Amino acid sequence: MNPAPSVIIFTVLSGMGLGYLALLATAHDYSGMAAFWHWAFGYALATIGLMASAFHLGNPQRALLAFTQWRTSWLSREAWGAVLTLLAFAPLALSDWLGLGLPRGFGWLGAGLALATVLATGMIYAQIRAVPRWHHWTVPLLFLGFAVAGGCLLAGFRWPALAALVVLGGAMVLHWRIGDGAFARAGSTMASATGLGRPGAVTVFEPAHTAGNYLLREMIHVVGRRHAAKLRAIALGLGAVLPALALLVLPGVAAFGVALVLHLLGALAQRWLFFAEAEHVVGLYYGARGA
Amino acid sequence: MTCLPGKTDKALGLVIDLDTCVGCQACVTACKGWNDQGYGVPLSDQNPYGSKPSGTFLNRVHSYQVQAEPAPMIVNFPRSCLHCADAPCVTVCPTGASYKRAEDGIVLVNEEACIGCGLCAWACPYGARELDADAGVMKKCTLCVDRIYNENLPEEDREPACVRTCPTGARHFGDLADPTSAVSQLVAARGGYDLMPEQGTRPTNKYLPPRKKDRPDQASLLAPLLDIQATGFAGWLDRILGKI
Repeated sequence: MNPAPSVIIFTVLSGMGLGYLALLATAHDYSGMAAFWHWAFGYALATIGLMASAFHLGNPQRALLAFTQWRTSWLSREAWGAVLTLLAFAPLALSDWLGLGLPRGFGWLGAGLALATVLATGMIYAQIRAVPRWHHWTVPLLFLGFAVAGGCLLAGFRWPALAALVVLGGAMVLHWRIGDGAFARAGSTMASATGLGRPGAVTVFEPAHTAGNYLLREMIHVVGRRHAAKLRAIALGLGAVLPALALLVLPGVAAFGVALVLHLLGALAQRWLFFAEAEHVVGLYYGARGA
Repeated sequence: MTCLPGKTDKALGLVIDLDTCVGCQACVTACKGWNDQGYGVPLSDQNPYGSKPSGTFLNRVHSYQVQAEPAPMIVNFPRSCLHCADAPCVTVCPTGASYKRAEDGIVLVNEEACIGCGLCAWACPYGARELDADAGVMKKCTLCVDRIYNENLPEEDREPACVRTCPTGARHFGDLADPTSAVSQLVAARGGYDLMPEQGTRPTNKYLPPRKKDRPDQASLLAPLLDIQATGFAGWLDRILGKI
């Protein structure tokens, strides 16, 4: 699949921002201007991420229509989740800033909505059966892992962050291990795609078109798979292992700064690979499996 | 609404005969031609006469080589929307632009409501949807909904452009929910099948498999002529070399 920068920025930043907001609402109680800047930073991350998603739309001026189909569409549910979450946090953010004294318990509603939104983001991909690598519960798990780990690093919780990074590392490896056999397990082959398997082995004789098209650009992207092993090492190292080591070895605030930068780079690498190495079954019509 | 209708009154669709298709691409051209002026925005091309041409098509014809017994064959394979009963492209749509009609089962895109997110194209296993690069909306086969019910057209033209134009009669149009229809009987008689049934989409369109070809000894009328006997010096050399 095509690793579009707008979608990578959207999923990485909105996940991290929502994770951070959830912790601000439940585990922290900043007050005054400190509260203002922390909440503003969390809102900015989540909002920039969500805005980025609009950049890959062909007709973003109609984006409000995306709120209408929550009954069936995970993308629509994600849109609702994002807006409701940001609204649900607003009273608490104002209360922290202006000292209105709203009880902390109020934050759990927003935190629940934030996690549900990240889950919905993961489900946008996990629901797609035509991309076997994505059609699995490890995808929402991975997205939740990144949101919680990134949120803990931003919030400055050393031990929860360490625990989250360990879980995240495990989720990444699990996602790759299960994903590697997913295409074969899905059972789609050139034989089933063309139905010509019964007469005999099928190969491409001539492509349907000699130039590129939307399908080849969007769904039959092969660059990522060539360097998949290296990118996995980079994603795992930067995303989980090195930030965890930084938290254990470095002192004080410096540890979180270093860990956060490494983690963000790792998250971007992981997300790029998440799209780039996912194979769509339509590639079978082009003989493009396993390129 | 992007909920699928539980049951449609009709299941209009195509039956494509892989035995008859000669891969002439006439259906591709007719489809592009009709849909440049019919339902929704025209199918655009980018850089059509340049070094890297690209464009939106709703129907594409592939060619496969099949190592069939007793003789290998080339199979031309038109690929377009299958108007699935369980269309995954419809349920993922966040805006309601994609829908399946309850009356005839045609899967359509309301371009006025399409935001061009491309999720439906990702959800389709068959590559039936292409995002138009000019208009930024999703294009797909409409089963020529603006022809098949069009009373301004002569009766014989009220079928999809690809079917109307096919010079070999490899494409058939009709109601696949009606077991007595010509297309349903064709499917029953020829063993019509679904593409990628494991994807759980329950396609309406069916493909008819290529018929078995003649055996090679019947097919090759030239075989006796190919058994060339060398004479003269070449014949002598042939005999000598054969003995060594």
